[in-house]
Amino acid sequence: MSADTVVDVLHLTKRYSGVPAVDDVSLSVRRGEVYGFLGPNGAGKTTTLRMLLGLIRPTSGEVTVLGRRPGEAGTLSTIGSMIEGPAFYPFLSGRANLQVMARYSGVGTGQVGRALGAVGLASRGDDKFSAYSLGMKQRLGVAAALLKDPDLIVLDEPTNGLDPAGMRDMRQLIRELGDSGRTVILSSHMMGEVQQVCDRVGVIDSGRMLVESTVEELRGEGELVVRGAPADVARTTLEQLECVQDVRVVDDGLRVRVEESRTGEVTRALVLAGVDVREVRRQERELEDVFFEITASGGDHV
Amino acid sequence: MSELVDVTRAELFKLVRRPAAWTLLVAAVVLSQVFGYLIPYLSYAGGGSGPMEGASKAAVLASVLPDQMVANALGGFPVFAGALALVFGALVFGSEYGWGTVKTVLTQRPGRLRVVSGQLVAMTLAVAVGVLVLLGLGAVSSTVIALSEEQSTSWPSAVDLLAGYGGGLAIMVMWASLGAALGVVLRGVALPIGLGVVWVLGVENLISGVADSVLTGLQPLRDVLPGVNAGSLASAVMPVRPPGIGSAPGVTTSVADGRALVTVLCYVAVCVVVTLWTTRRRDVV
Repeated sequence: MSADTVVDVLHLTKRYSGVPAVDDVSLSVRRGEVYGFLGPNGAGKTTTLRMLLGLIRPTSGEVTVLGRRPGEAGTLSTIGSMIEGPAFYPFLSGRANLQVMARYSGVGTGQVGRALGAVGLASRGDDKFSAYSLGMKQRLGVAAALLKDPDLIVLDEPTNGLDPAGMRDMRQLIRELGDSGRTVILSSHMMGEVQQVCDRVGVIDSGRMLVESTVEELRGEGELVVRGAPADVARTTLEQLECVQDVRVVDDGLRVRVEESRTGEVTRALVLAGVDVREVRRQERELEDVFFEITASGGDHV
Repeated sequence: MSELVDVTRAELFKLVRRPAAWTLLVAAVVLSQVFGYLIPYLSYAGGGSGPMEGASKAAVLASVLPDQMVANALGGFPVFAGALALVFGALVFGSEYGWGTVKTVLTQRPGRLRVVSGQLVAMTLAVAVGVLVLLGLGAVSSTVIALSEEQSTSWPSAVDLLAGYGGGLAIMVMWASLGAALGVVLRGVALPIGLGVVWVLGVENLISGVADSVLTGLQPLRDVLPGVNAGSLASAVMPVRPPGIGSAPGVTTSVADGRALVTVLCYVAVCVVVTLWTTRRRDVV
């Protein structure tokens, strides 16, 4: 584990009654990055995060967090987290809940106001937690994660239940945390969110890590969308070009993977083949497309 | 050590703001005052011989005077107040699972053993305050009765008061610890409270009754039951009751004084170990 690696997971497995919930997962999170842990519901994200925090003991494998074993007091004192939804005391106000957590954490209750302000709950801090909307509860969970001014922040689906404006604010907050030098692990099943916020991403499905890479690498160089007539001639021409890979018919056009610098060459070939070219444009691939490709191929994509 | 203090402070902060904790204290106070003072005094003032068959009017009045305050406070501990203490322990620990806050708490700074230890300390402090309140209000009520009836206002000796308080505290902490252990093992509130209360109010009485009458071979089993030992300990630290005034439900002399105290403390120790071990070993899912 290098000095710049905050979380190091090797061959992590958790089985329940012999059934693997997490199966041989390895991942590393580097200092100062926002790491997206991407996968569908039930993929094993939360179980993995719980093991990082010492809430669950692995069946096998190694976990190192900030150079220590997970769950130790010295480790937990530098981690802020919200796992599988916010859980607080319903009879206490939001502020009082944070005061309880501040006492548990051994930080001054003076941090409470700052944390409430950071998530936009300063004016509703004295309301009972039980009276909070789901979005407010979610924001209080993030506020609790910020109380310790932690080096590492682990947020499990933090935008669940937020309205569009709340989601935007939350993503902005997470990005700001990353920009301020903190390391953030963000689990999500929302690919747009990961694409917007994260530097690197690990894709997990059915308990297995399929790929770990930067968002840019995963998305690749994008695709060229081509529309022209006759379509069959256009397709044949494209398939014969050496610089073109992976010709696919999508809606009424064709999509091909080709370097951006070869766009002119492709257009020229189509025109010379007698194709009436109506549209040639470059389109960045969405992480969503990549994700479904990866999960469909079981990780062979990358 | 500072982490233990932090956890204890956090738990006390929660407890003083928790309506359920105050509700249980009020229930214990009302039961203690009504059955310890109000009903005996009304039966005395009403001119009858009171609910205690065979007791004289003077004995009924004597039973609510200040020198009987330990007996009146502790009379409810083996059964009714004990059941409330068990509910309190189950609430303190089991609710954390019901609300899912156990994961929030265990991902703050302290390790699991320190968290549970701090919670146990806070629970014990709260029970200690509760026992003090019951004794204190008993002292107030009995003194008021003594003054209004021009009777002796003399209190029990300091040693008797301390013994009564210590015995009462041991009994209530035992019940609360049983509630705590059940709350952690069963990861909730409803089942521990249901099982615990049925045990305290029903099963123990049944076993004791059967062991005392038709199946005397069950007496060794009876003598290790928590309620029977709590009743024996309460009996050991109580003053002699006025003639004709019977024991409160559950107060018994089945087990020798010293053995009762040791058994009660053993129950506390076992419950604490079970609570700590279970929390330490188990995954928080």
